Amino acid sequence: MTDIINPVALVDRSFYFIIGFSFVFLFAITLVMIYFVIRYRRSRHPKPADIRGNWKLETAWIFIPTLIALAMFVSGWQAYTGLRNVPEGALEVDVIAQSFSWIFIYPTGKETENELQVPVNTPVKLNITSMDVIHSLYIPAFRVKVDAVNGLTTYAWFLPETIGEYFLQCTEFCGVGHADMTGVVRVVSEDAFEEWVEEDDGW
Amino acid sequence: MTSFYQTPEPAGFAGIRSWLITFDHKRIALLYLFSILFWFLLAVTLGGLIRLELMFPGKTVLSAQMYNSVFTLHGVIMIFLFIIPALPAVFGNFFLPIHIGAEDVYFPRLNLLSWYLYMAGGIVAIVSLFSDGFPDTGWTFYVPFSISTNTNVSTAVFAAFILGFSSMLTGLNFITTIHKMRAKTMGWLQLPLFTWSLYATAWVQLLATPVITITLVLVVVERFFNVGLFDPARGGDPILYQHLFWMYSHPAVYIMILPGMGVISEIIPVSARKSIFGYKAIVASSLAIAIAGSLVWAHHMYTSGMSETAVFVFSLLTFVVAIPSAIKVFSWVATLYKGAIEMTPPLLFSLCFIYLFSVGGLTGLVLGAAGANIHVHDTHFVVAHFHFTMFGGTGFAFFAALHYWWPKMFGKMYDFKKAYIAAILVTAGFMLHYVPMFVLGLQGMPRRYYDYLPQYAAGNFFAGFGALCMIAGIGLMMVNLLASLTRERTAGTDDPWGGVTLEWTIPSPPPLHNFDKDPEVMDYPYDFTKVVAAGSGAASMDSETGK
Repeated sequence: MTDIINPVALVDRSFYFIIGFSFVFLFAITLVMIYFVIRYRRSRHPKPADIRGNWKLETAWIFIPTLIALAMFVSGWQAYTGLRNVPEGALEVDVIAQSFSWIFIYPTGKETENELQVPVNTPVKLNITSMDVIHSLYIPAFRVKVDAVNGLTTYAWFLPETIGEYFLQCTEFCGVGHADMTGVVRVVSEDAFEEWVEEDDGW
Repeated sequence: MTSFYQTPEPAGFAGIRSWLITFDHKRIALLYLFSILFWFLLAVTLGGLIRLELMFPGKTVLSAQMYNSVFTLHGVIMIFLFIIPALPAVFGNFFLPIHIGAEDVYFPRLNLLSWYLYMAGGIVAIVSLFSDGFPDTGWTFYVPFSISTNTNVSTAVFAAFILGFSSMLTGLNFITTIHKMRAKTMGWLQLPLFTWSLYATAWVQLLATPVITITLVLVVVERFFNVGLFDPARGGDPILYQHLFWMYSHPAVYIMILPGMGVISEIIPVSARKSIFGYKAIVASSLAIAIAGSLVWAHHMYTSGMSETAVFVFSLLTFVVAIPSAIKVFSWVATLYKGAIEMTPPLLFSLCFIYLFSVGGLTGLVLGAAGANIHVHDTHFVVAHFHFTMFGGTGFAFFAALHYWWPKMFGKMYDFKKAYIAAILVTAGFMLHYVPMFVLGLQGMPRRYYDYLPQYAAGNFFAGFGALCMIAGIGLMMVNLLASLTRERTAGTDDPWGGVTLEWTIPSPPPLHNFDKDPEVMDYPYDFTKVVAAGSGAASMDSETGK
């Protein structure tokens, strides 16, 4: 499974790229602003210069930020395509959202509520819809978020690489139980998953 | 000279009643000022309640249903009754005609009607509170939830509908006024930048507001007649609603911020006694923001299930619209270079604006990037981002404008020391309030959550504490400003800052007829040579220290 690129890395790379530039920019602009206010205070610098513009400087600060912004756009788009292109051989799980819980249906017909169990190192594709109002499935650990809309099937995929428990939440406001519409994602070994998904637990 | 406060009263309309039938743009502006301050303080209180509820896990001061109504009400009031009208309706009404050397706006009666519509909208919103409970949908009124919920969505939507007309008519009035009422010698490139920003804003108000008006009507139609416009089982589409909603509501954020940028473009050059850097670039960037900002609405919808092509296009356009905002920030800072800068309360608020708005703009880049957006969409990161732009931006510009134009509007000066303390308290509280929300969002805490997982407790506690500091600062600011009104008229308020736009050439408060002789229009609107030659540091006329 090493040939699959985990989109988590792409999303984080895009985030750090943008936020890194932003910190540098914010730091520079704030520092220069404070320096000017102190250096050119009226008591020390009573005669202002008459400068109304400088076309070279203005052109530079149009073009350079444009290039940086375009680079940011590209990084964001790469991460987005990573999140959208599902690799072959993914485990498909149907997800039905309702006020206020999540139903997961596995290929074997097994159903669970508010608990998504998946095998480690296998890409998982979620096919998502809603029974009523719009909900949104959010698994922060896997950078996955997609709206659940009645009458429409949306999808998302992720690659769980470490065994453990993660949490999922609803992120589209859906009413009084919105904040309670949470669940767990349980990443288990492949064997444990096989055994679990086959067993009949009375559903 | 008698000011506009001493206007002769028509028979039977003494005192406050003479204000209710006034066509004077200055009186209408003050009607707006006090009604807007009322709504602002109410919504601040509601915001404080939200933070108080979230300060500790579990139920504290509100039930879940109440919490949902409170954040909806907070959003609806802040957006429709405070941020959208605040700068245009108060300072635009008061100063736009004076800035262009005019007697009044082009349609004075329409102007008064706009205020009545504004009040009617506010009253309808309040009425909906006491009928079947205020809606619990969020200010976005997303379908199908807004159609199926039992709360009183129709009344609240109707309030927003009425407020839309108020906003549109104000926009129409400003456009006409700027075209038809300019002093004969004033060309387009002699307009003050605040007026330019209002001009760009007015076009967006006029062209985008009808879209939300129609959309809100559709929601009401669905609630009463159940046509199925947004119901996929009957060929409708719930995502259509989101497109229609954001087609107005994204341009609306530029309705909110552009006048704020205009205010900063006035205060920075006056404080530095130096021409604004790149006048034409600032004008062009205002227009570019108005146009490009109308084409980016679907960046609110990357996770909605819309097509990937749409995500590509809207993400790209979003990065394009970032550039004109950056140009403005560069121009403001460059204006300070080699100026003769005097620190005053309006300048301090303006500098805080530049910092906070930059944070808001830069975190907006994270949200504009398609992939990075997915993780933080609809989380507290978004809440922090738009409060930095809307509150740190427009809110602080409103505070700056209040302190800058207060002596002109009332002929009275407030206490500087208290104004500085308030500014620092609000800014420090603001940072402590909203910075933890960025972290909470990155950790994955969704917005509009009544309760949260245990790992989010620390951030919410700090945010609540910051909110309390911020509210204390806002309280101090309001008390300081209002206390000045009880004082005797302060001498020297005609031109306390050394301004060059036309409002500083007339007395404070202005006479009923703005100009008793034709105003003298400068060839270049930010020429400070005369002010510098006159030489005095006039703003030392702080009400406590000097007179």
